[in-house]
Amino acid sequence: MSDTATWEPVIGIEVHVELATRSKMFCGCAVSFGEDPNTNVCPTCLALPGALPVTNGRAIEWITKIGLALNCDIAEWSVFHRKNYFYADLPKNYQISQFDLPVCHDGWLDVDADGETVRIGIERAHQEEDTGKSLHLGDGGRIHAATETLLDFNRAGVPLVEVVSRPDIRSAVQARAYAQTLREVIAELDVSDARLEEGSIRFDANISVRRGPNAPFGTKVEIKNMNSFRSLEKAVDFEIKRQIAELEAGGEIVQETRHWDEESGVTTSMRTKEGSSDYRYFTEPDLVPLVVTPAWQEEIRATLPELPHQRKARYIDLGVDPQTAGALGSADAMLRALFEETVAAGAGPRSAANWITGEVVAWMRREDVVGIDVEASAIAEMIGMIDANELSTSAAKDVLDGILRGEGGARQVAESRDLLQMTDTGAIESAVDAVLADNPDAVERYRGGEQKVVGFLVGQVMRATQGKADPKAVNGLLREKLS
Amino acid sequence: MGLADLTITDAAAGLRSGAHSSLDLTEAVLDRASMTEAEIHAYLTIDRDAALGAARAADAELAAGEDRGTLHGIPIALKDNMCQRGVETTAASQILAGYRPPYDATVVTSLRDAGAVLVGKANLDEFAMGSSTENSAYGPTRNPWDPGRVPGGSSGGSAAAVAAGSALGALGSDTGGSIRQPGSLCGVVGMKPTYGTVSRYGLIAFASSLDQIGPITRTVDDSVALLEGITGHDPRDATSWAGDYPDLRSEIDKGVAGKRIGVVTEFAGEGYEPAVTESLSRTLDQLSDAGAEIVEVSLPTVELALSAYYLIAPAECSANLARFDGMRYGLRVDGETTEEMMARTRAEGFGPEVIRRILLGTYALSAGYYDAFYGQAHKARTVLRNEFAAAYEKVDVLMSPTSPTVAFPFDAKSDPLAMYLSDVCTIPSNLAGDPAISVPVGLDPQGLPIGVQVMAPAMAEPMMFGVAKTIERLAGFDARPTMLEELA
Repeated sequence: MSDTATWEPVIGIEVHVELATRSKMFCGCAVSFGEDPNTNVCPTCLALPGALPVTNGRAIEWITKIGLALNCDIAEWSVFHRKNYFYADLPKNYQISQFDLPVCHDGWLDVDADGETVRIGIERAHQEEDTGKSLHLGDGGRIHAATETLLDFNRAGVPLVEVVSRPDIRSAVQARAYAQTLREVIAELDVSDARLEEGSIRFDANISVRRGPNAPFGTKVEIKNMNSFRSLEKAVDFEIKRQIAELEAGGEIVQETRHWDEESGVTTSMRTKEGSSDYRYFTEPDLVPLVVTPAWQEEIRATLPELPHQRKARYIDLGVDPQTAGALGSADAMLRALFEETVAAGAGPRSAANWITGEVVAWMRREDVVGIDVEASAIAEMIGMIDANELSTSAAKDVLDGILRGEGGARQVAESRDLLQMTDTGAIESAVDAVLADNPDAVERYRGGEQKVVGFLVGQVMRATQGKADPKAVNGLLREKLS
Repeated sequence: MGLADLTITDAAAGLRSGAHSSLDLTEAVLDRASMTEAEIHAYLTIDRDAALGAARAADAELAAGEDRGTLHGIPIALKDNMCQRGVETTAASQILAGYRPPYDATVVTSLRDAGAVLVGKANLDEFAMGSSTENSAYGPTRNPWDPGRVPGGSSGGSAAAVAAGSALGALGSDTGGSIRQPGSLCGVVGMKPTYGTVSRYGLIAFASSLDQIGPITRTVDDSVALLEGITGHDPRDATSWAGDYPDLRSEIDKGVAGKRIGVVTEFAGEGYEPAVTESLSRTLDQLSDAGAEIVEVSLPTVELALSAYYLIAPAECSANLARFDGMRYGLRVDGETTEEMMARTRAEGFGPEVIRRILLGTYALSAGYYDAFYGQAHKARTVLRNEFAAAYEKVDVLMSPTSPTVAFPFDAKSDPLAMYLSDVCTIPSNLAGDPAISVPVGLDPQGLPIGVQVMAPAMAEPMMFGVAKTIERLAGFDARPTMLEELA
């Protein structure tokens, strides 16, 4: 019989990104969410007779930006097509999209998953428009059980970029990492709200399994309705297992679209695709070809910000350990600025990164704040004091608390909170002596060969000195006196 | 002859000399309509009160010295596939019965800005699909020259209104000859401008890459005047020409001396009525006498133009008409499911010719057929364009009959293919995107008008108008429909 371990999942992901342009893709209506239904509409996005589309230049600039960030080739000349299908929330009953000549093609994105970096190919990124929203009233909010359906066309015509990966993804973890990394890039480019919960980024996954890396691709299944990275990972994982189980049992995979049900944690069949749907694509005659001149492309390239993976690489070059570099590279702009400024103020990058991604973030979480107002120089000063043995690590956490509460610079806080490391060896020695005198049992056990009891004694000295003694010095002194 | 029979040019002069007012003109046109409409049915909607109001406003402005130009105070008809805010606009389809657009087409805005008086919405073949106006869901228009015959189409209502005097000029739309062919059959001037020079915003689309709005008038000078009122770049239409526009009058009086005129040899022979062929020959002789050089030009690909057109136009229409689904406006026929509602609405709302073309276009675009049909048609279109471009290296303009026949009786062409042949001479200019004009030159032995067509390279309207005006002058065509003589 077959061995489950020989199955290889093959996954491709389609990501729809709503651009946060001021106006819609082909008309002047505002792109705005949470408004009353059918208020951001006009003849064009309602598909009234005679209305025509006009391309939003800003959207083209932004998709080019996305393409460049995903290492794509940008087509100097691309074309809009009509994708024909009847659906109640699609006012024209065709979607203006792109077919064989998309704006961006043949790129890649490096993704960290399970401790390795995988390069996922990007087949294409094309420009299209969003549909309206159907609100199904009645049982469960799904169309089949609906008693009534209401339509809101505010979203109809919002610029949508579809990024299609190559089938290079091999696990649910990679799928999640790809989606997260792509979201980070989009967020960094500042071209979309990039919020999953609001649907401004949406994922579909195409999944098949095959017998090992050289076997032909299996029949693929498309999974929809994954509203978080976690559900993407769970859905892909579920689907891989479902397909393997099906095949192991001698069954066949049907090419179909399946719906991820978050509550029950399973995918269910939505509709069977009869071959591939016939969308009868043809060139959109109401629009002229889209031209992105090399000069414009270079202008757009010049506006690209540093992207998370580029930042990570730079941080590693600065000496930050890779995991911290990754976390900081994807951290929000305030923390990154704090890091850059702390380093600029003289702190070692490795310590600065560790303190900021560690204690600063932990403090913010504890205090439940989203922003902090702090002088980077104070943190740099604190790190300098640690390096100079003027602060113990544990005392430094206290100092940081004071800094973050606005009590002043590191030295000022250390002094006012009386946290400076004891440099007076005499004082440390008397504290050690006192602890030894107070704990004859421990001394006895140590001498009896129970080496680890020294840790307890160090702790006692640290407590007696309110954490201000240098633990290393205490440790040395204790061993000296005990031997 | 009355005020309703004036040319736009003469009516405009009379407004300024005080010979008549816009109200006089508008009332004359409305009176004429009240006499002719029962028989002709050129209009689907006449907006009498609005027209009289606009006429009074024009008179007030002119009296105050606020002169908006030639079209100021002139009663004009609109083909009913152009959206006019608040006025029922149906494209002669049941599916848009009662539909009142919330916005004006750009040409309507332009005409309003020019001070024109909008009389009403003229009849057409449903969604501009047809060559006889028999496909209107609201009944056909009859030809003022012989009410037993069709006015041509699809802008049959516009052409008939101008011929009958129920408008001084009209706008039509031309996808495969829908301005020029009814112009020819109704004895008026019908002109299709270069693609992209008149905005399509607000024109209910039939085939977007071919549709173009243009003027239907009694004279070439009027054609220029009406075109001037609607031409120009429109940011709402992405296919609108954004470069310089030529001065349409710059060559109007230059004559034809030294011009090289090519006669398309493919547009003759079987299917062409002798009177039509003879009229063209006579016109060419007159042009030759006036100093033009007449040469024969062969455009072999025009033989494929009809086939290419009847794949491209239906393919585009199959998508353009998909929006009529009962969801947001127009007719809705209820069903158990959304899909059933859409299907029923479309089955009941569209007429047979529209359904035929939607099916044809859907088929031509389908997987497995695209390359053989739509793809091939596009290649033929490219070859044809190149052939036209090569011809214009050798000649200034090309000429042909406008229509192979004069106006035909109702139901004479119940075979769709026979009907499609009506546009064989006009379709190539739409595929090429070039301007073309039909000028009436005479009557056949039955007293039915005949037009000739002048085709020119893109943006060469000034030269084309110069040739057309020469033809008009040499032909001296001044006949009128007999029904108008009987009215007087």
